Amino acid sequence: MVKVKINNLSVWYNNQPAVKNISLEVKTNEILGVIGPSNSGKTSFLKTLNRLNELYPNSRTTGEVLLDGLDIFKQVDKHLLRKRVGIVFALPLPLPLSIFDNIAYGPRMHGIKSRKKLQEIVERSLRSAAIWDEVKDRLPVNAFKLSGGQQQRLCIARTLAVEPEVILYDEPCSGLDPISTLRIEEAMRELKKNYTQVLVTNNVKQAARVSDRTAYFLMGEMIEIGETKDVFTRPADKRTDDYITGRFG
Amino acid sequence: MKRAFEYFIEKLILLSGIASIIFVILIFIFLLREGLSLFAATNPLEFLFGRNWYPISDPPQFGILPLILGSLLVTLGAIIIAVPLGIAAAVYVAEIAPLWLRDILKSGIELLAAIPSIVLGFIGIATLAPMLKAVFHLPSGLTALAGSIMLAFMAMPTIVSIIEDSIVSVPKSYKEGSLALGATHWQTIYKVILPAASSGILAAIMLGIGRVVGETMAVLMITGNAAVLPTSFLQPVRTLTATIAAEMGEAVAGSSHYYALFAIGIVLFVISFVINLLADMFLHRKVK
Repeated sequence: MVKVKINNLSVWYNNQPAVKNISLEVKTNEILGVIGPSNSGKTSFLKTLNRLNELYPNSRTTGEVLLDGLDIFKQVDKHLLRKRVGIVFALPLPLPLSIFDNIAYGPRMHGIKSRKKLQEIVERSLRSAAIWDEVKDRLPVNAFKLSGGQQQRLCIARTLAVEPEVILYDEPCSGLDPISTLRIEEAMRELKKNYTQVLVTNNVKQAARVSDRTAYFLMGEMIEIGETKDVFTRPADKRTDDYITGRFG
Repeated sequence: MKRAFEYFIEKLILLSGIASIIFVILIFIFLLREGLSLFAATNPLEFLFGRNWYPISDPPQFGILPLILGSLLVTLGAIIIAVPLGIAAAVYVAEIAPLWLRDILKSGIELLAAIPSIVLGFIGIATLAPMLKAVFHLPSGLTALAGSIMLAFMAMPTIVSIIEDSIVSVPKSYKEGSLALGATHWQTIYKVILPAASSGILAAIMLGIGRVVGETMAVLMITGNAAVLPTSFLQPVRTLTATIAAEMGEAVAGSSHYYALFAIGIVLFVISFVINLLADMFLHRKVK
């Protein structure tokens, strides 16, 4: 089953290409890892999938992205799209609200008012993000009081609260210690049952650990995509081999 | 030789540094000396809460309650007009307007601040007052409402630029985080950006009030200048500042009328001081 189909996608900033003519498919309930050095277009690619790239005034996009067969640029409302395709950013970025309100923010914006319903959503989301036990006694506390790793799992929970179908991660563990990283990777594996996930990471080993398939981006182009074990054991392209073995990047 | 020169320069800089404080203190002492002389003959409570301002009748009555209420009424009206308009304008400039329009609007707002208040005053007399007179069927358009509208325009530049600054300084991550959850732009502005900018908004309101309370010439021209207890916005009023401006020229130096005007100055000084203090508190309040 194909969840997201990307056809000939290119992204420009000020007429400088950042993503060049990429086509790939994301399958339902898989974790697709995207690796590559800085400036390879990974983040631009990711942020196009829920149209957050449009926030940058000088960006331009061509090509097609189909979510369940519908063109996200033409056939899907962008607010609904962002609800269905959630994103977790590189730095944990809670809103300046309590833990509870951070999670309840999304559902509230989509019209859920009942306190009871919100409490259910908050608990379920925090459980799925493997942080419930750590915060259940201090839901009214400001989210900035949490540690970095906890804040990042809070952000995952916040994304889950609006019941997305696809979750995008933009280097979600770049600022975290190994134990927090481990927790987040465990949460991702757990989330595979219900969600399709795309993981952009600078950490090659992380892609090897959690992703089912891996794509290698370089200078805005996709060099290679395949089953993670194939990409890591016998890459088809010499450039991929250089990158994953650490000869480059 | 070089040492002495260093010493001299350092002391000179020190002096410039504390000059402003010295000036404020000197001004305050001067105000107190002149103003407090009034209270040898007049009871301070009678001064603050007296209902009649008849400075040149015999015996004179120095009750500034109508003036205080006049100032408050005009200020209140101006703030009621300027704050919603200012917030809306700032949100538009900071969040919604396309880049090219943003620059035009910002310089437009700065230009509004550059118009001398006296010019706004006579534009008010020539256009606003007749309009109010016609709309509300008044004997005269020179009313508290006219003053409030004019002052709202004077306070707008301050209010808009400070609110705009505080909106722009809200971390981008808040906005992106909110939009990424599928919230609309308006929901994001209303639920995330404005609350995060709230201390700046409060400071802007306080500074706007400070600007309005201290304004003199335009108010003197357009509020009708009747020192009576105000009961509505559609009635002429007189403010504290306008009273000083209008009467200082004819008050005999050393007379109780002269001292009474200085006492009004003290009241104004205290009001502005408190407002600036509050604005400062809001502006430097850290988000927890």
